[in-house]
Amino acid sequence: MGYDTIVVGAGHNGLVCAAVLAKAGQKVLVVEASDRLGGAAGTREFAPGFKVSGCAHLLHLMPQTLIDELGLSAKGFALARSAMPTTALSEDGPLAIGRDSHASLAHRSAPDAEAFPAFADALDRFGRTLFPIFGAPPPRLGTTEWEDRLAMLRLGWNVRRLGRKDMREFLRIVGMNVYDLLEDNFESPLLKGALGFDAVLGTNFGPRSPGTVLTLLYRLAAQSGASGGLAQPKGGMGGLSEALAAAARAAGAEIRTGAPVARILMENDRAQGVVLESGERIVAKAVASSADPRTTFLKLLGTEHLDTGFVRKVFHLRSRGLAAKLHLALDALPEFTGLDAASLGGRLILAPSLDYLERAYNHSKYKEFSEAPALEITVPTVNDPTLAPDGKHVLSAIVQYAPYELAQGWDAGRQRLADIAIGLIELHAPGLRERIVASELLTPLDIEREYGIAGGHWHHGELAFDQFYMVRPVPGAAQYRTPVDGLYLCGAGSHPGGGVMGAAGRNAARQMLKQAA
Amino acid sequence: MSLAPPFRKPLVDTPFRPRADELNQIDSYIPWAGYSTVDVFSNVEHEYFAIRNAATLFDLTPMVKYRIAGADAERYLNRLVTRDIRKLKVNRVAYSVWCNDSGHLVGDGTIFRLGADEFRLCIGERHLDWLMDSAISFNVEIAEITEEIAALSLQGPTSYSVLRNFGVVGIEKLKVFEIGRYTVDGLDLTISRTGFTGDLGYELWMRPEQAVAIWDRLMAAGKTRGIRPIGSQALDMARIEAGFIMPHIDFISAEHTIRVGRDRSPLEMGLDWLVDFDCGHFTGRRALLAEKKRGPARRLVGLDVDGNKPAHHALIYADRAGNREVGSVTSAMWSPTCKRNIALAMIEAPFFTMGNELYADIYLNRELVWERRMCAATVVEKPFFVHERRRLTPPAEK
Amino acid sequence: MAKAYDAIVIGAGHNGLVTACYLARAGLSVLVVERNPYVGGAAVSRSLYPNFTYSNCSYVCSLLRPEIMRTLELPKHGLQIIPYEGGVTFMRGGGHLASYDNHDALRREISRHSKRDAEAYDRFSRDVMRQCKFIKPLLMREPPDPTSFKPRDIMELVYLGQRFWQLGEERMYDTIRFWTMSAADFLEEYFESEIVKAHFAGSSIIGTALGPRSPGTAYVLLHHYMGDVDGTVGAWGFARGGMGSITKALASSLQASGGEIRVDAGVHRILVRNGRTVGVALASGEVIRTGAVISNMDVKRTFLETMDEQDLPGDFVRAVRNFKIRGSSGKLNIALDGLPSFPSLPDGAPSIRGDMHITDTVEMMERAYDDWKDGFWSRTPYVDMLIPSQIDPTMVPEGKHYMSVFVQYCPYRLANGDWDEDKKKAFGNTVIDAIAEHSPDFKKLILHAEIRTPHDIEREVGLTEGNIFQGELTMDQLLFNRPVPGFAQYRGPVRGVYMCGSSTHPGGGVMGAPGANAARAVLRDLKKAA
Repeated sequence: MGYDTIVVGAGHNGLVCAAVLAKAGQKVLVVEASDRLGGAAGTREFAPGFKVSGCAHLLHLMPQTLIDELGLSAKGFALARSAMPTTALSEDGPLAIGRDSHASLAHRSAPDAEAFPAFADALDRFGRTLFPIFGAPPPRLGTTEWEDRLAMLRLGWNVRRLGRKDMREFLRIVGMNVYDLLEDNFESPLLKGALGFDAVLGTNFGPRSPGTVLTLLYRLAAQSGASGGLAQPKGGMGGLSEALAAAARAAGAEIRTGAPVARILMENDRAQGVVLESGERIVAKAVASSADPRTTFLKLLGTEHLDTGFVRKVFHLRSRGLAAKLHLALDALPEFTGLDAASLGGRLILAPSLDYLERAYNHSKYKEFSEAPALEITVPTVNDPTLAPDGKHVLSAIVQYAPYELAQGWDAGRQRLADIAIGLIELHAPGLRERIVASELLTPLDIEREYGIAGGHWHHGELAFDQFYMVRPVPGAAQYRTPVDGLYLCGAGSHPGGGVMGAAGRNAARQMLKQAA
Repeated sequence: MSLAPPFRKPLVDTPFRPRADELNQIDSYIPWAGYSTVDVFSNVEHEYFAIRNAATLFDLTPMVKYRIAGADAERYLNRLVTRDIRKLKVNRVAYSVWCNDSGHLVGDGTIFRLGADEFRLCIGERHLDWLMDSAISFNVEIAEITEEIAALSLQGPTSYSVLRNFGVVGIEKLKVFEIGRYTVDGLDLTISRTGFTGDLGYELWMRPEQAVAIWDRLMAAGKTRGIRPIGSQALDMARIEAGFIMPHIDFISAEHTIRVGRDRSPLEMGLDWLVDFDCGHFTGRRALLAEKKRGPARRLVGLDVDGNKPAHHALIYADRAGNREVGSVTSAMWSPTCKRNIALAMIEAPFFTMGNELYADIYLNRELVWERRMCAATVVEKPFFVHERRRLTPPAEK
Repeated sequence: MAKAYDAIVIGAGHNGLVTACYLARAGLSVLVVERNPYVGGAAVSRSLYPNFTYSNCSYVCSLLRPEIMRTLELPKHGLQIIPYEGGVTFMRGGGHLASYDNHDALRREISRHSKRDAEAYDRFSRDVMRQCKFIKPLLMREPPDPTSFKPRDIMELVYLGQRFWQLGEERMYDTIRFWTMSAADFLEEYFESEIVKAHFAGSSIIGTALGPRSPGTAYVLLHHYMGDVDGTVGAWGFARGGMGSITKALASSLQASGGEIRVDAGVHRILVRNGRTVGVALASGEVIRTGAVISNMDVKRTFLETMDEQDLPGDFVRAVRNFKIRGSSGKLNIALDGLPSFPSLPDGAPSIRGDMHITDTVEMMERAYDDWKDGFWSRTPYVDMLIPSQIDPTMVPEGKHYMSVFVQYCPYRLANGDWDEDKKKAFGNTVIDAIAEHSPDFKKLILHAEIRTPHDIEREVGLTEGNIFQGELTMDQLLFNRPVPGFAQYRGPVRGVYMCGSSTHPGGGVMGAPGANAARAVLRDLKKAA
């Protein structure tokens, strides 16, 4: 007979959702379009023997409680490296950024070194204030349900508990742009650039866009629930996905790859399963889609089952990616000027100032990419040699900004942007170019094609105030439930959004269990 | 057609304007959907009685017309409106309404099925924005074609004879809500047996360049059948008697309301018969199901008011003392045909039950002195007027 | 020693005068001290060219609260506000989009560019009106302090919460989104035509250091729609006799209720003793005693330049330093030998008697903003121009005209050195060239042009960086955050020191609401003390 739940998509959120449901005793089937697991949280072999995390290359958002709940360590999940340091690259040498890099900071600016710990502490406190909202469905406004009202009161209470001074500061900066916040606190352009980079990574904003403090706090909030700081899973992000799949299977869930869904099966105004592209019908009591909201509603479900006002909102959901991914296969370890081996295994940021970032962003507004993009670079093979043949290395870099829609077209622009990015890295790693044996640049358009994310946005929908929390992805579907009975969202398009966090998948599963009960 | 710049003359003339200018004795025009149309030609009552007694011509050109065509046209409309469009046969017309997500009325209009994949939607106001947004992911083309089609409403007991005199061969076979295409001496007519009066009547659709010729020939053909042109005031009297609702008068489109709580659902408007919950999904269906379960909070009902003073805009009370306000009148008139003082009123639950006795607070200006009358008003069935010849095929004049 | 006053207002701008009027009407002895030799602040009518009257600063009146005009009997004191007649946006290449008051005319006009947009306009204006209706009552209220447990603050929070809750679920979400969206994204949800979007985006950037794609600008768009001329929400009005008529009427109303005004009386210091204010010291050295000083100056000038830092808490000073007041607008005031022609307008179009804009895409405005960010004036600026002398011919000699040109963006600090006469001229020429592109006879009609950069506005009016709103209208600087969290209720950190300028809630524009709200705060405190 049919399943309790069919999960569409075997990305990390889909797998988390399936695992949680299966552990609760549901009969679960995961259907995945591609032949691989993990979706955008997968490991891809982009050149023979060279493997890399296809999208996000750092794990720092997944709550430890979720890792424990699913028993991932027992399923082969391990970190190749945790607490990775962050280094900002610049023409006049690298700058280590962190609580323990007082000396490095003081070398650039004594006041900055003094100010940094208190600043970081305050942001961490604010992040922790926000963190509890990540673990539950957002409340519905206008609700009569006590649970929703309590959730709102809890959020209010969390903010109040900060104390008067912190609360005022929190309420002030949460709507600010990160540019002003950093200008108010620091003087070193390099430090500000690197800190600002975290606020705009993966978003459609420049550091001067209001709301970028929120995106920074969002990142810190999620990070406060994870235990290892910036980390790199063994085997790349695919290692995590494999463990998630193993956990789901161990709990009784079935996973079918190479099984693209043609549409969600609607009967009697309820989602009753899926129809695969092969024509196969699979029946279930409920369907949870980890596909992005546009794909889920406009393509898999079809607007004929939805109301016009709702479709209007989904249609206007901003979900165009702005980050490209550069992968280099290297026949030797790249050498970065002035960087020690420990730092090379960490995260390198190339965003020498806030103005540099802002100018890079400017171009993306007009369907161009910048000649001077910002980069987040890792060399994952330093921590995990299994990702490349013996003695060889992989460099993985996020290139920002690369707009989904490029005026000149990505066929013309792809190689050009790759060259620009490589050239930029080479400024800090002389001789890099000669070591490249293969390379690829995944643009948002490629990410759309490769992973089926409409618009190629990692977060499935822009992380911005007007697409956040109670209005994410759109009002009417913000509690993982959709207007269609039996259909749920469990992907990054839902609260609390993307990054390899898994919170959306877990919250969705819990919501479904509550509804089924 | 070259038009004056909008700031000089915001309203557009219909192709019948030359005739209207000749016949309009009191120079009375009003704006309607961006056009300038006749409010009254000579005398409202004479025009009204012509509707009920003979034949009348009303310029329907300003009705906003949308062409909806394409492989998904039927699916699209079925998801748009509350009725089952799959059941609408080619060359048939259906009145329907459409709602927003919360089940509140966005608009009402008539849907003409001109072919398997081609429809025409006629509305008293503009809805392109909603229609286009409803078309997301449907293979359907939507175009406003108001200017391409001139239209006349020929209503009244002798309207059938007028069309026969006109030379429309086969008009006797045209059933109510049916569409026929005719050519008479080179004049092309699409005729639908539809109308807004609760009586026998036709709506004639034509190319603008033939509009005046058709008007002239109709007036000639109707000369012996008492034909006369009418303005919107007379038509409005007939439509109240027939119990039809008007946007901006009896409800405001949910796409236009600014204040909270001013939206109206079809169940509240007493249009339950238009809502087919078994026709598949349509926008607002889930909300309307929930509303049906709870029961509507208010309802548009007919009122039979004591006395003969129309209860225009009157507040309605449950008690003569006026302590418990339960609603208000949206349309009201003294019905010359029914000899009743009738009104349409939006009444709160549970006061709208049939036969319920309520009170209308009517203000009268009598030679500049305002007087107040608290008149008993009974909730009654609508329509107040409907004639069996409306449906008879072939129609009779009596 | 001069005589003591119950209250001294620093600055005779419109808000200072409103505060003074309310205090005087409550029976207080009030003195307004003004640095310039004339009253008005940024709402002035000045004669800078023989026989021409310039509204050389603020140029439209869309926000002045009707309840203030009524209570202070401003019409009796000579204030008359006349609506503008529509407007137009000129496109590069000769096209235009006019706005007409008549709904059908406007629909036909928009449908020249897009039939769909012409009808979507109704939904757009519905949604803007819905937000206006929600926000309007909040303008004349004191924002609550969300960190406070005082009954008054809690009651006010509850009031806000209730008003919000009454909107119903769907509209609450709409409101959240509206307050946080960018104007570009907001307009994208309604319109398809570039010119239509650009036309409506204009008001979202006026006076702000944000581009149309910056989140939060949808709210600024609304801030300009909130006007209330003769009951028509959103209509722009024009003060007969120039914007100075507003402050002139206020001054007259003040004097009628016993208040005093001294011009040429700049304040050097607000005097503090034992943690409370005791008076002000004028630049001349004269000391005037009072128990209440209400500053109409922006928050930076008030606390950083007119008070001793040791009189103020350190956190407060830091917060004031961090308050964002950015110069982003320039202004040209031009005397014309005749009415310039705009060939793209049809003959007889009323648009020339309204506000005329130059822009044709949101991108053009965003690029103009990019220039500003880099420290340059916009190469293709957003221009908002008016020829008020058509409506009030008494402002100019027979047959001549006065044109007010507001320019977005123009930086306070240039990337390539300080402002000087040459640069100012070059800036002016950029603007004049932009206008001349749409009006071939414009250049030769120019009799005199006053060019004002943010620098000039600061120097003359005293607004920090020449910012017309006395502080950016961003999320972090609205409501209880304006100007400084914890000090949003018009009271400074020193007893007896108040703020009544646009730095406070609800912000700038010739609205008068901060002035009225501040007066209420002062009177409440005095009543409590009595």
